[in-house]
Amino acid sequence: MSALLTYVLRLADDNIILGQRLGELIAKMPELEEDIAVANLALDHIGQARNLYQYASELDPDDRSEDDFAMLRDEREFLNAVLVEQPNGDFAHTMVRQFFVDAYQVPLYQALSESTDERLAAIAAKAVKEASYHRDHSSSWIVTLGNGTSESHQRTQAAVDALWIFTADLFAADAVEDELVAEGVAVDPSLIRPAFDATVAEVMADANITMPADSYQRLGGRTGFHTEHLGHVLPEMQLLYRSHPGVTW
Amino acid sequence: MPIVRDTGDTGSQDANAHELWPVVAAVPDPEMPPLTIADLGILRSVDDVDGRLVVTITPTYSGCPAVEYIEQLIVEAVTETGVPADGIEVRRALAPAWSTDWITPEGREKLEMSGISPPRTLLDGTPVRIGLIACPQCGSTNTAEISRFGSTACKALYRCNDCTEPFDHVKEL
Repeated sequence: MSALLTYVLRLADDNIILGQRLGELIAKMPELEEDIAVANLALDHIGQARNLYQYASELDPDDRSEDDFAMLRDEREFLNAVLVEQPNGDFAHTMVRQFFVDAYQVPLYQALSESTDERLAAIAAKAVKEASYHRDHSSSWIVTLGNGTSESHQRTQAAVDALWIFTADLFAADAVEDELVAEGVAVDPSLIRPAFDATVAEVMADANITMPADSYQRLGGRTGFHTEHLGHVLPEMQLLYRSHPGVTW
Repeated sequence: MPIVRDTGDTGSQDANAHELWPVVAAVPDPEMPPLTIADLGILRSVDDVDGRLVVTITPTYSGCPAVEYIEQLIVEAVTETGVPADGIEVRRALAPAWSTDWITPEGREKLEMSGISPPRTLLDGTPVRIGLIACPQCGSTNTAEISRFGSTACKALYRCNDCTEPFDHVKEL
């Protein structure tokens, strides 16, 4: 698989898996407005995934379609960061996971909109507007929950403590990024990390949440080594397409 | 009727001079039917390319579920004028990314008449919004956000604190 195709799939898989996770929550959120919010977040992420899978399809020597990429690959072939596959947990977990992704995707898409690859630049220029809106939403919830009741504060702190170890995987890079960064196609993750750290530090301070000490980070998603959870996300996501090959709406 | 995805091709600048522009421009937006796709600014060009009619549109949001239906409506509208189905191609361009600033003055008027508050103007494409959100019913600017996300990807839900009516607001993008 070419470096470019691998890179596009890494970007796409983050979005499809997070979109699927958010979709699981529709009709289960604590209030109606949040049900609509989570559906809209999912729609944006799945839309971004589709734009990327359509590009991947054109790059693919095996001529796989966008549906084939989403629905016919197995766990080891998915290249999303392990953060996005983590379970929804309580509302604090859902919002903290979303916030970490948003704080990463805004600078990512900003930088990617300057890519020498015109297609990636166009997809990113569109997505960055959506990611900014998501970040406004998730960060306002983190601040609200962190400063809310002792229960909401404790749950938010617990979510940050639990999910922080999956954040470094968002920035994991290997020879794929190295090659594409040199060509001006990909974003060097180390260059957007400071923006992520600054956003996280600011919002957590506003929320009175203590950041965990630097410790173990679970990596591996970008090369297909996932936590146990992805194996449970895929069967539900892929069931219909695999049970009825060639199905269309 | 091939539909080419995401070509990045936005067509020529004088494309609205094409004789079929009015036909395509009149296609309604399925989610806000009083507005046409030209009112919304998602119709980018109508061109003749190698003997085929090429219509280029751009989606409002990456995941806008109405895009495929809009593509169908365009093909139907054009074929009704006698153009054969294989003589039209609808292209989807992502760049430049759609902005609510592309909604025409007429489109903004139609939004207000439909009880939907039009988006505020963006300052040079930055997130700085100019003006206040006014109630489309009574005109009061004493309004409050109820829900950051609304009935479609492009709208949020607001409430007027004076006449107490809730209303949709097209989010600035």
